[in-house]
Amino acid sequence: MLFLIQAAGDAVPVEHPQTTFHPVTDFGVTLNELFANTFWWTMSILALVVILTLVIAIRFREKPGDAQPKAIHGHTLLEIGWTLIPAIIVIFLTIPTVKVIFETQAKPPADALTVEVIGHQWWWEFRYPEEGVVTANELWVPVGRPIHLVMHSADVIHSFWIPRLGGKRDVNPIPRGTQGEKDKRNHLMFTMTDSGSFSGQCAEFCGESHAIMRVSARAVSADHFQQWVNAMKPAGPVVAPTGENATQIAMQSNTSATTPVAPQQNAAGQQPAAAQAPALDLDQLPAPTGIGSAVRPEISAEQWAAAGRKVFESSMCVACHTIAGTPAAGVLGPNLTRFGARPTVGAGAAPNNMDNLQRWIHEPQSLKPGALMPGAVHGIGDQAPTGLSSREIYAVASYLMSLK
Amino acid sequence: MATIEAHVPAHAHHTAKKKSLLWDLLTTVDHKKIGIMYGATALFFMIIGGIEATLIRIQLAKPENTFISADTYNSLFTMHGTTMVFMVGMPIAVALFNYIVPLQIGARDVAFPRLNALSYWIFLFGALFMNSSWLFGHAPNTGWFGYANLTERQFSPGLNTDFWSLGLQALGAASIMGAVNFITTIINMRAPGMKLMRMPLFSWMAFITSFLIATALPVFAVALFMITFDRWWGTNFFVTMAGGDPMVWQHIFWMFGHPEVYILILPAFGIVSEIIPTFSRKPLFGYAVMVYSAALIALIGWGVWAHHMFATGMGPIADAFFTISTMIIAIPTGVKIFNWIATMYGGSIKFTTAMLFAVGMLIEFTIGGVSGVMHATSPHDLQQTDTYFVVAHFHYVLIGGLIFSIFGSLYFWFPKIAGRMMNETLGKLQFWIFVIGFNMTFMPQHWIGLLGMPRRTFTYSADLNLGGLNMLSTIGVLFQAISVIILIANIIYSARRGPRAGTNPWGAATLEWATESPPAEHNFNRLPTVHTREPLWLEAAAVEDAARGTPDPHIHMPPSSYWPIFTAFGVMLCMALFMTGIWWTPLIGLLWVFVGAVNWAYEPTH
Repeated sequence: MLFLIQAAGDAVPVEHPQTTFHPVTDFGVTLNELFANTFWWTMSILALVVILTLVIAIRFREKPGDAQPKAIHGHTLLEIGWTLIPAIIVIFLTIPTVKVIFETQAKPPADALTVEVIGHQWWWEFRYPEEGVVTANELWVPVGRPIHLVMHSADVIHSFWIPRLGGKRDVNPIPRGTQGEKDKRNHLMFTMTDSGSFSGQCAEFCGESHAIMRVSARAVSADHFQQWVNAMKPAGPVVAPTGENATQIAMQSNTSATTPVAPQQNAAGQQPAAAQAPALDLDQLPAPTGIGSAVRPEISAEQWAAAGRKVFESSMCVACHTIAGTPAAGVLGPNLTRFGARPTVGAGAAPNNMDNLQRWIHEPQSLKPGALMPGAVHGIGDQAPTGLSSREIYAVASYLMSLK
Repeated sequence: MATIEAHVPAHAHHTAKKKSLLWDLLTTVDHKKIGIMYGATALFFMIIGGIEATLIRIQLAKPENTFISADTYNSLFTMHGTTMVFMVGMPIAVALFNYIVPLQIGARDVAFPRLNALSYWIFLFGALFMNSSWLFGHAPNTGWFGYANLTERQFSPGLNTDFWSLGLQALGAASIMGAVNFITTIINMRAPGMKLMRMPLFSWMAFITSFLIATALPVFAVALFMITFDRWWGTNFFVTMAGGDPMVWQHIFWMFGHPEVYILILPAFGIVSEIIPTFSRKPLFGYAVMVYSAALIALIGWGVWAHHMFATGMGPIADAFFTISTMIIAIPTGVKIFNWIATMYGGSIKFTTAMLFAVGMLIEFTIGGVSGVMHATSPHDLQQTDTYFVVAHFHYVLIGGLIFSIFGSLYFWFPKIAGRMMNETLGKLQFWIFVIGFNMTFMPQHWIGLLGMPRRTFTYSADLNLGGLNMLSTIGVLFQAISVIILIANIIYSARRGPRAGTNPWGAATLEWATESPPAEHNFNRLPTVHTREPLWLEAAAVEDAARGTPDPHIHMPPSSYWPIFTAFGVMLCMALFMTGIWWTPLIGLLWVFVGAVNWAYEPTH
């Protein structure tokens, strides 16, 4: 039956990227094995009840000339029987369940890769404290090594759920004063068995755009993962959050603040491509005809990107966003390091391409209702609009797309 | 609904001068009229909640739909849940308690008739107050569960959450008053000879449910006060930066919320326990076990709340405890199902519409029960919770369990209430269309959930490839809507044109069927004395003579009163003025309530 249900709903996992039937972690497999046990027992009881009800209802339906039925007030043995048998079935259900509860919430092994997951309205922050890497909305993990997610929220309650990685876990804001011994952060532990890209989304209602708080996991080989870590590392000295930003973060969630990112030199010595291109005076350029206009042939993408970097670093973008290896070191919004390599813009609001990125920078709320980033024309709450012109938006989008 | 009310003539010989129908309804303290008003109001809100559900399903019919905005969608699912639980599920059970319980136990009215009127009016005003938020564009949008800290002013600055918390405070107060009234009525006002263990199962369920309401709703009231204080007066119960913990809200909410599930389902158990024996022409199988199992469910129901919180990270010990307690509560529930089936065994089953709904309930509710045990498998609940799998589960419990029973009860007790039979052809048509629509809507949601769609999402990605199943689910709503329209048409038609019912059209066994249809204002001409659990089967002559024979010359019925509606209006005034944010204005409402209470206290009742 379970097989039938899978077959009916879910023949090929690719058809349903968020299926729970085809886990790619040991955790998910354990949960499904336990579920099969409960499923079979309960479906047997359901079948029994349905068959009994229908058979008795049909067998004893009123027929002409029926005598007054015999009054039966009860039957002690029968009633004890249908109390005890379910009680025994409950024991068969409970013992393996409790066993799995303790197994899946055991202490993480020493070699586990720790990733801090921080939920925000409505995006995900991932910090790799040992690797000194911070990213957003796309969780990179190596296959075969135990992963230990340590989770908390910067605002309201979220729930981290990538169905093919196993069960979800709530991502709670942490009461002030509960660090250390009383650490109330939540944990998830699993080991990836397959590589690939797996999608998920927030599972606890967290406000207006809860539906567009999406996330994906990118599982790769250990070598590939190391390459990614190296590429994510800043080339220059890292600016730790200080001053107002740091205070704001601390107010939002005191344990979050920041795992200080170790100031390491980028092994590959990479510098974002845009940094090398010659700067360009935007005012001298013809404006793009609007969002969606083609790249202007007379100006190279590198030139646009270089101009965009200048705009980015001299506008309010840097108040909230970090790009490793540049002076941009804001921590309220998603870290944009290697943003061009990400699959989506706005935590799954739209595929990541020049059109959508420009739309996002122009008015994030057009892709994601209630998004907390100010647009070019409309601010949000008491935050003023960025005031970027369409030319500047095009440049900034080019810059971000160049960060691969 | 006015049509039903029009058919409740005052049969009592001693009624005073004729009053207008409207004035009569505004000032009545008669449990039967209040019951009808509760029922009519609940059916009205069922239509409102149904419209909200329909809009939700239209939005979800296809991926990335833009039929309604995110914020409107969030308000719709919040108000759909709040409406269906507090303005439909609870009051419709209270409607039946009001109308049926005094008749079933052989009483003339409830113990506190004016309090009964007060609880109806506070319920109505609270429900109207909360729904008025739509007109102001501030409809609650943080979910019927109102999880802190999303409800804090920092994250929900509008008045939305205030409409929700104050409105619920009023609805809860109304429920508590009603529960106290029923507990007192059932303890004190049973007819001579009606020992507790001779009481009909429906009255038993009313009794147990009332205890649950009287104990669980105050817990919720505390939680609502906490969030109101946080929002208005600077307390920090759930403010994390001040050391508050939003988990506390979840624990308090579900400590109320899980007994609430049994508050909704026990009346359904009571209804089915009346319908199945009647139409099987056999007494209920295992009466005592049915009573004890319900009491046990109510008791254990207090120890399972955190099974709503398996994903919150309570730790393995709490997870294991609530897994075990939840698994255990399935046992008494299963016993009930088997006892109902055994009641049918050997019977001569007449498939009226009421019986169809009762048998339908056995199967649909068991489907919901089975998926409930799947949630109790807490490690896998991490895949199920907050997805459409859970939405499917509790709709099988609440529609398959409660609404099937309620529809059955309408067909069952309508002849008593209106004095006329409902149309059985329309009834059976309604039943089959509802069965098709209900299962078409909610069966696919099991798959929608397990294939990765979370609840409370105003949109979903086309990549999920769940458009087909969602469309199927939405089409099912159409069938359910048609079914409810047929029901309403049937009620209106039958109230005017249905054949006369007589006193006991179904050949049922309990006391309400000994009275006139509809019953006289004083219910029984003389209070009957009972010696058995099935008086109309085993001692019909004596009981019927008491109910309809020579009247007792000393019947005293309480006079009608306008102080309940006056006082209830003060409560609404207080809430409405609170919303202005001017601190002293609610005092006007409180003063109004005080004036009402004082006059109430000194009102002559003879």
